[in-house]
Amino acid sequence: MTAALSGVAFRYLPIVILAVLWQMASEFGWVSTAVLPPLSSVFEAGWGLITSDDFWVNAGASLYRGGVGLLLAIVIGAALGIGMAWWRPVRALLSPIVEIFYPLPKSALIPVTALWLGFGDASKILLIFLGCMLPVTIGAFNGARGSERTLVWSARSLGAGRLRTLWDVVVPSAMPELLNGVRTALALSWVLLVASELIVARAGLGYLIGFMGDGGNYDGMFAVVLFVALLGFIADRLYQMAMQRALRWRE
Amino acid sequence: MAVNGAQIVIDRLSHMYRPPHGKPVLAVDDVSLAVGEREFLALLGPSGCGKSTLLYLLGGFLPTETGSITVDGKPITGPGPDRGIVFQHFALFPWKTVRANVMYGLKRAGLPRDEQEKRAQAFIDLVGLHGFEESYPSQLSGGMKQRTAIARTLAIDPEILLMDEPFGALDAQTRSLMQTELLSIWERSPKTVIFVTHDVQEAVYLARRIAVMSARPGRIKAIIETNFDRRDPHLFKSKPFVDKVDEIWDLVRAEAIKAQGTRST
Repeated sequence: MTAALSGVAFRYLPIVILAVLWQMASEFGWVSTAVLPPLSSVFEAGWGLITSDDFWVNAGASLYRGGVGLLLAIVIGAALGIGMAWWRPVRALLSPIVEIFYPLPKSALIPVTALWLGFGDASKILLIFLGCMLPVTIGAFNGARGSERTLVWSARSLGAGRLRTLWDVVVPSAMPELLNGVRTALALSWVLLVASELIVARAGLGYLIGFMGDGGNYDGMFAVVLFVALLGFIADRLYQMAMQRALRWRE
Repeated sequence: MAVNGAQIVIDRLSHMYRPPHGKPVLAVDDVSLAVGEREFLALLGPSGCGKSTLLYLLGGFLPTETGSITVDGKPITGPGPDRGIVFQHFALFPWKTVRANVMYGLKRAGLPRDEQEKRAQAFIDLVGLHGFEESYPSQLSGGMKQRTAIARTLAIDPEILLMDEPFGALDAQTRSLMQTELLSIWERSPKTVIFVTHDVQEAVYLARRIAVMSARPGRIKAIIETNFDRRDPHLFKSKPFVDKVDEIWDLVRAEAIKAQGTRST
């Protein structure tokens, strides 16, 4: 246990070094505190924030938007990808659409969704849904297409019908690539969420960053940026652990 | 070519293989063959001769376009649990344990849960995998994977067992062990077996009748009956056995050379 802990400590040592350098940079006046406030004041401001209700209202708004948008993207994206792999007409209909929209920088949709649905939750949910769906769709599609035909045939000759085979063989075969697509979507959702809240919102962590920046509260602004980074890191770590568990059959 | 008493009747069957890119190839050409109930038949031929295609047509995995295949007088319309299949590369569900793999067909058949478990255990024991019920396929050796696949197929008690070079991916020792075990399973509960292989000795050892196929397009070149005492430990060295292997090997060699030639062009 202590060995594992010291392993983790060693692994994240560069982060500690970076933090020390940050503190020294403002302490010794290498850079102006107007550009980079001392880390200690950032932590102080951060403590003030996380003990205030206002902060958690904003954090809650962000998590709600991100969670709902991402969930929709995963469910609908996976269904579309697997549908494209399994039914030729679905593929013929959707693949040109996917090809055209995949390279579009999704942040370009921020004003579009705001125009349609306003400044509130709905426009952010739609944005994250649209922006994160395609990586999931493509992962699910590639994974499902790669499912071995002998596995499909085995299920069929063991008495499974076509739909049953889709669920029992094609979906699990698609899982490794689908889950990789979801990981990309997870990272992308965070980017889109903060960006859209910075530009058009009245609540949320991105809004808070912008609000504090505009008001000259740079300690608070940096604190929220660090909080956002930490949340993203934790989400990715938890996701990877869940993914490893779900795919433990692959040795 | 209606044959009295035959369970499987293949009548003037041809099959065109259409690769996604490239020209269609005639894989099976005008094959007629009748297989009796509980017969052990080997389909022997060089690689690429269409013998696996023929097996997939029997399995109902590929559509019959020219000619017909009937089982008990009824044409094949698709895959079904009356025809179990064992593939060369096992085709186990990698996300399922040994037990869950063997139970899969029983679940599809709608057996009660405790019945599924009892029957799966019986077949896991039969193929000697007791103690590996909770292992995933990735944790098993090739031989154990194929035992699992055989247990999974036998568990649903198909009338017909289709085997597509089932021991082709195993090392020589495991292969020889599995051949003996397959025979002893077959002797205890005889089923109709169609066994695809390119290994002459394997065909002569296992099958009662061998259909030798020509190089692409696959035709039946000869049908040879064999009958040896499989329990004789010196069988492989006995003169009649060796002569039979040589005789068939001469037939196959010509086709194998042809197959090589058509490949290099």
